[in-house]
Amino acid sequence: MGRVVLVTGVAGDFGGRIARRLVEDPTVDRVVGVDVAPPRGDLGRVSFVRADIRNPVIAKVIAGQDVDTVVHMSVRSTDRSGGRSSTKEHNVIGTMQLLAACQRAPGLERLVVKSSAAVYGSSSRDPAMFTEEMAAKRLPRSGFAKDVLEVEGYVRGFSRRRPDVAVTTLRAANAMGPGVRSPLTGYFRLPVVPTVLGYDARLQFLHEHDLVDALHHATLSGVHGTFNVAGDGVLMLSQALRRLGRPAAPLPVAALTAAGTLTRRSAVRRVQAELSDYLTYGRGLDTSRMRSVLGFTPRHSTVEAWADFALSVRPGAVPSVAALAQRTAGARAGDRTAPAALTVASATAVDGRSAGG
Amino acid sequence: MGDAKVIRLDGSGPEHRESTAGAAAVPRPRQSPHTTAPDPEPAEPVEPAAADPAGGTVPGVPASAPAPDEAPGRPGTAATPRVPDGIPVSDWLAALTGAAVEVFGDRWEPKVAELLAFLRRRVTGDYEVDEYGFDAELTERLMLAAVRPLAEKWFRVEVRGAENIPAAGGALLVSNHSGTIPVDGLVTMVSVHDHTGRNLRPLGADLVFRLPFVGEAARKGGVTLASNEDAQRMLSNGELVGVWPEGFKGIGKPYSERYRLQRFGRGGFVSAAIRTGVPIVPCSVVGAEEIYPLVGNVPALARLLGLPYLPITPFFPWLGPLGLVPLPSKWLIEFGEPIRTDSYDEGAADDPMLVFNVTDQVRETVQQTLYSLLGQRRSVFS
Repeated sequence: MGRVVLVTGVAGDFGGRIARRLVEDPTVDRVVGVDVAPPRGDLGRVSFVRADIRNPVIAKVIAGQDVDTVVHMSVRSTDRSGGRSSTKEHNVIGTMQLLAACQRAPGLERLVVKSSAAVYGSSSRDPAMFTEEMAAKRLPRSGFAKDVLEVEGYVRGFSRRRPDVAVTTLRAANAMGPGVRSPLTGYFRLPVVPTVLGYDARLQFLHEHDLVDALHHATLSGVHGTFNVAGDGVLMLSQALRRLGRPAAPLPVAALTAAGTLTRRSAVRRVQAELSDYLTYGRGLDTSRMRSVLGFTPRHSTVEAWADFALSVRPGAVPSVAALAQRTAGARAGDRTAPAALTVASATAVDGRSAGG
Repeated sequence: MGDAKVIRLDGSGPEHRESTAGAAAVPRPRQSPHTTAPDPEPAEPVEPAAADPAGGTVPGVPASAPAPDEAPGRPGTAATPRVPDGIPVSDWLAALTGAAVEVFGDRWEPKVAELLAFLRRRVTGDYEVDEYGFDAELTERLMLAAVRPLAEKWFRVEVRGAENIPAAGGALLVSNHSGTIPVDGLVTMVSVHDHTGRNLRPLGADLVFRLPFVGEAARKGGVTLASNEDAQRMLSNGELVGVWPEGFKGIGKPYSERYRLQRFGRGGFVSAAIRTGVPIVPCSVVGAEEIYPLVGNVPALARLLGLPYLPITPFFPWLGPLGLVPLPSKWLIEFGEPIRTDSYDEGAADDPMLVFNVTDQVRETVQQTLYSLLGQRRSVFS
């Protein structure tokens, strides 16, 4: 008898992906997907129930389908419709209703919540790497980060009231990869990327495949606890943009905010609303508990996740590393052009150094 | 190699010039129309002294210095203008080669290539930073290289007891703090790097990270937040961590209180060292107190700007940017014998009395060393 998994937010990108992944798993009997909107892609054998988790109907779904595992994927940052207040209601009230339903479900064994590293906030007083015990130095006052903070609060309350349920909270770093559509990837796809003048944020990413793997692993292992999930290493924002080949436009914070208010481009507006602290100070996550306790190791580092994302981005005004490598390779094959000469010179230098050392 | 001197030569000049002009590393003399004939008074440009190490008047210089060494004749006065028809490519190449030799020395080719490779890596983002944002390449090639002349030539830093810094493994360097602007931290970083090859990883106040540009440079230079979490993380990763426990009380103290150590924080650095079992290396810096003698403070304006103090020195702000030039005091840096912490047991870090005792021991060591160094220094500037 395998597991019966309920996935909320299956119309979302990662909700759909984890539902499809779980339904392929031999140890999973059935996967029930729930969302207010029908899923965009084909969900395969996932049975879809159109329901709003803000509605007590969700309790009937859990009871009626004999669900023993709930994967909560519907805390989201993007406003699908209705703006900020509707998103907040969806995130917070939806989670409350879902947890209320879970509390009344005697057969429930596991709860997996996809949270976000945004709970740690970003400030100048942050430690270099956050461990799971640390709290934000400056509590987020609005937006997605505050939603996540409240959601985690309710999840902790649930975990106290139902000690028999293994609750896994995954604080995932920003997902990155060619298929990710998030405020952050929208920001990086801007033709000229506005940055905060005088600051360079440390960024840490989680490859999109690793996020799905981590959720899959957490669902099937049922390890109780809260875990940071992120790829190894960090990239500086300036470095990331150079690797992407996008020109950065450093603006004072005030100008960045003004640009966000004036422009109609949603990506810039979201930067102003939710990302400006993150893009000022950045954030690092300590992932040792993810390895030792959760037993999960991502396959991609931050740098690799970024490189994968960079492949999907149209080259900007400044050529990316890949484009540059191609070009110099072409030049070397061709005739004596200046870049080729420089490349050869640097190649000989490297040879000379290695021979000397 | 812009404006070459022109020396008038006797009849043997043109032939000689023909034979040497092709040699590399000298600009080829321009062929003005009338010099092709054996003119008795041809004008021949001579390289400036930089490219002519042997000096133009010494006869019998080997061919490696292809100067017109047969120029014993009277120095000419006819400065012929020589810009009629552009400069040949070979001249440009020769000039560039000469410049490269000047800047990088004989083995200039690999060095130039290395520099270009460095620039390429910077432009394309093809470098690595550690989890604290420390950019080793940028720090070593740019930041330390910029501070080094200041430390060596301006402050004439003398380092003592560098052998007390462990060659490997975690260690906590505890230093006094002075100088209005934390130049002492930068100079200590350079001294540690040049004497041990290790990168000192300083702990900085959160103000450092709040300030634009300063915070960015600090992160890239290896600074991280002075917090227990970061200190322990770095020390257990085997880094050499630097801490200035006096903080703003130390650098912002008036000149009249120079070399009098302030309170050493709350001893958080000692408990971090005890928890990770790393040795504490006391470091005493003499000389930094005099670089910007702090004679006044504008507390109201400082509060307005969110700064701990706003300094007034004898030269700042009166001389404007010129007042930012530090006084060339003579610096002595002494690293004391490491104080071991690995003999303490687990709970020692949570024993306030023990932590206070070790803090006092470190503070006393630094203070006594300061006094003895001051005694050895003949005067502030020598």
